[in-house]
Amino acid sequence: MLLGLAWLAPLVSFVAILFFGPRMGHHGKNAAWVATAAIVTSLVLSLAAFGTWLSAHPVKAVSHGAHHGAHADGHAADAHAEQGGHAEHAEHADHGDHAEHHAARVPAAYSGDWYTLYQGGDLRLTIGWYIDALTVLMFVVVTFIATCIHVYASGYMHDELHDVTDHEVHLSDGGHLHRPGRFPRFFQALSLFCFSMLGILIAGNLAMVFIFWELVGICSWFLIGFYFERKSASTAANKAFIVNRVGDFGMLIGLMALWGALGTLHFADSTVAAADGSAVTTPGLFSLVRPAANGHALQVPDGMVAFANADEVGRIAAEHNGRPRDAADEVAARIDGWRSQGIGRWLLFIAGVGIFCGCVGKSAQFPLFVWLPDAMEGPTPVSALVHSATMVAAGVYLVGRFYPVLTPDVLLVIAIIGGITLFIAATIALVANDIKRVLAYSTVSQLGYMMLALGVGGWSAGLFHLVTHAFFKSLLFLCSGSVIHACHTNDMRKMGGLARVMPWTAGTMLVGCLAIIGAGIPFVIGLSGYYSKDAILAQALSYSQANPSWSILYYAVAGGAFLTAFYMFRLWFMTFAGTPRDHHVTEHAHESPTVMVAPLVVLSVLAVVAGWTLPGGFGIANLIEQARPAGTDTTSTGGFLFGTVTVPAEHLSHEGSVHVTATLTAFATAAAGVLLAAAMYLWRIVSPTVVAYTFRPIYSFLAHRWYFDELYDAIFVRPAFAVASLASGTDRGVIDKLIDGIAWSARQLAGLDAWIDRNLVDGLVNATATATWNAGLELKKLQTGRLRQYVMFIVVGTVALFVLASMLFRAALAG
Amino acid sequence: MSLLAAGLPVAAVPLVAGLLSSPVGVAHYLVVGAILFTAGVVCMALKRNALGVLMGIELVLNGANVNFVAFSSPYLRGEGAASLGLDGQIIALFVILLAAAEAAVALAITLNFYNNHATVDIDRAEDLKG
Repeated sequence: MLLGLAWLAPLVSFVAILFFGPRMGHHGKNAAWVATAAIVTSLVLSLAAFGTWLSAHPVKAVSHGAHHGAHADGHAADAHAEQGGHAEHAEHADHGDHAEHHAARVPAAYSGDWYTLYQGGDLRLTIGWYIDALTVLMFVVVTFIATCIHVYASGYMHDELHDVTDHEVHLSDGGHLHRPGRFPRFFQALSLFCFSMLGILIAGNLAMVFIFWELVGICSWFLIGFYFERKSASTAANKAFIVNRVGDFGMLIGLMALWGALGTLHFADSTVAAADGSAVTTPGLFSLVRPAANGHALQVPDGMVAFANADEVGRIAAEHNGRPRDAADEVAARIDGWRSQGIGRWLLFIAGVGIFCGCVGKSAQFPLFVWLPDAMEGPTPVSALVHSATMVAAGVYLVGRFYPVLTPDVLLVIAIIGGITLFIAATIALVANDIKRVLAYSTVSQLGYMMLALGVGGWSAGLFHLVTHAFFKSLLFLCSGSVIHACHTNDMRKMGGLARVMPWTAGTMLVGCLAIIGAGIPFVIGLSGYYSKDAILAQALSYSQANPSWSILYYAVAGGAFLTAFYMFRLWFMTFAGTPRDHHVTEHAHESPTVMVAPLVVLSVLAVVAGWTLPGGFGIANLIEQARPAGTDTTSTGGFLFGTVTVPAEHLSHEGSVHVTATLTAFATAAAGVLLAAAMYLWRIVSPTVVAYTFRPIYSFLAHRWYFDELYDAIFVRPAFAVASLASGTDRGVIDKLIDGIAWSARQLAGLDAWIDRNLVDGLVNATATATWNAGLELKKLQTGRLRQYVMFIVVGTVALFVLASMLFRAALAG
Repeated sequence: MSLLAAGLPVAAVPLVAGLLSSPVGVAHYLVVGAILFTAGVVCMALKRNALGVLMGIELVLNGANVNFVAFSSPYLRGEGAASLGLDGQIIALFVILLAAAEAAVALAITLNFYNNHATVDIDRAEDLKG
């Protein structure tokens, strides 16, 4: 499929740059071309796939009034779509005759496997795909933004083409670090990132998602730590990686809960040719949790009920000892009873929350959001691509993809986390002075919006905001990169009046700011953010009407909208409006080169139009609606943990009164925010310093980012250090001492042994030698060299022997 | 012989007288051999000339030969000896043979010694002193 090729193109680029990067032209200059060519190929293929998709699935307006009527049809269509999906698969498996029956109906999602990594028993790990409208749309968005950013980065990173002197690294000898440029490495990591990100999007099962999830994590680590000689950068990279591991641990728990209870991680049903050639269909997660037989309503799957009630199942198996079929029948018969008792719902809750934990880490949600602002140590194109538009959106995407499996309780957890995140991040953004940090906190806050939207049942609202946010946030980041490129500083207090020297950047950034606050003329037209944010507000309002006890979520959204407007325009006014505050900074400022400005313009156009719905119903919102999981378009009620929770159907939020209230609220809050920002930073009616002084405790609380870093430092880092130092103390004081003692005594023993060897054994040997030597010396004297004397010795000796012998003989004879 | 006899202690006089008065037997041969042997040893011990020493060696060996032959002679042995009766002669021949070989080697050494030291005085031959 086209998307498969689009997915693999960046991998080719990654491998190519990995092996040939330094040899690509002068200092690897052509690496940028390779990477850009690959991502453009991906974009073209994605667009082709998009076109193919649109021709097969014409996007129609979802009429609000007729929705209920169309509802029943929707179910039917969904049911057929599932079967159609198998037909598609069967077609791949060369069973074309089956496909003909379904050729008339168009499936809403395609799935299948490219490659089976491992198969044994129930265990089946595959590299597969699950493609619906959302996948196609996200492919286009990701490849498009990635293309813009590749082009932009080839300009932004040109410093890396030759040797670099890093003025932010102070060596011990007082100088600055001087190192070779790392241009190819940057594009290599970028390509790997694109590959991994597209892998998450296309993944057909959770195991594959997890693989690519970790891959984008490591890419993020590479890219944040690109200037790894800077302590702040390497620390930030490690922080991001470690904080993400915390979330991924939860995700692993979720995966295990699903795997252990259900034995599959596939999203969709999968058909495998059995040994005898017949096709065996294994239900995937979606159809297990929302079986078509049950009208796609959420229920705890049989496997989970049985798993949670394992003792009872074991008892039944023991009763039917030797008759497993009977035991299985009895279990099957009693499953519904157990389900109605609520057995297994905890397991489903844990699975959902576990998967959401991974998303909390990746999408920088409370309480794991602390890594994202630090991640801004990476080069700005990275911040734009990885840490605002795509990777952090992967968490939201996964929640959206996994949405059918999430119970109302899990959704409430998600909504609460999203609400807390959006509020905390927005308040911190109010007082941040680093231009990229403001954007980072705004990213966190907007991700909170998306999570909240998903949590309150606004499935398409959240994903719609994900798409529009990807456009305007990457635009904002690239604009900030352009500003930083011109000013060589991140500090907004030193900027000001840049609109005159950088008109294009200022204009496009203004568009981005307007888009993020959701500016628009109510009920007429607006920028992209206007539509997506209104949808979220409306859904939150609808939710709070359905669950009055949780109406705080709606106020969080509305308050967040006000704060967003304030801090975004604070940023714009401080940077571009007024007069320059620091002439050193602004006098060298200049508009960025065309290669950097062009992506800004392209993205700003998209930030404006991405939310529009053309006459005839063509628009992103309706496209996403196509991918809506079966059974999630109705109001559902459930929950056991926080009391009964009602998740209102999303189309209810398009009803007149809710919609009007939400739109007016959004407009009013955004306008109020902009006006307040203008009053403080443009017209200077209210002095920011006076306000900061008046509310000093609050200000310093916010400026210290709610003391989250300090809190985590105190709760986790310090105890970890304490445990580590305790362990190292034990190691050093006890274990090492013990080993040292053993070594010492061994050494003493060896010394004793050596003494014995040296004095007794050697002494004996030496004494023998000395005695022999001395005897030799004495005997030497006999060797006079006088022959006649020798003869005399012989004679005397002979005579003496003779005499002796005669005497002995005589004695013997006498005896 | 008389000189030697005159030099002998008085205790030896009856022995010599006994010999002179009895018919020639083994004892007489042994006396001749002993005189030869003693003359050779004295020659070896007293001569400083290497050739003289060699001659002394010949005398010693021949003294021994006389003894061998004397003990081997059928006239000198008792009756009934169950042997061929040539043992002593054969050993004497071996001794002569060895003496010839020894003389050849010794003369070669002496000649070399003379070449190196321009003398055959064995008191100068101290090179092998320990």
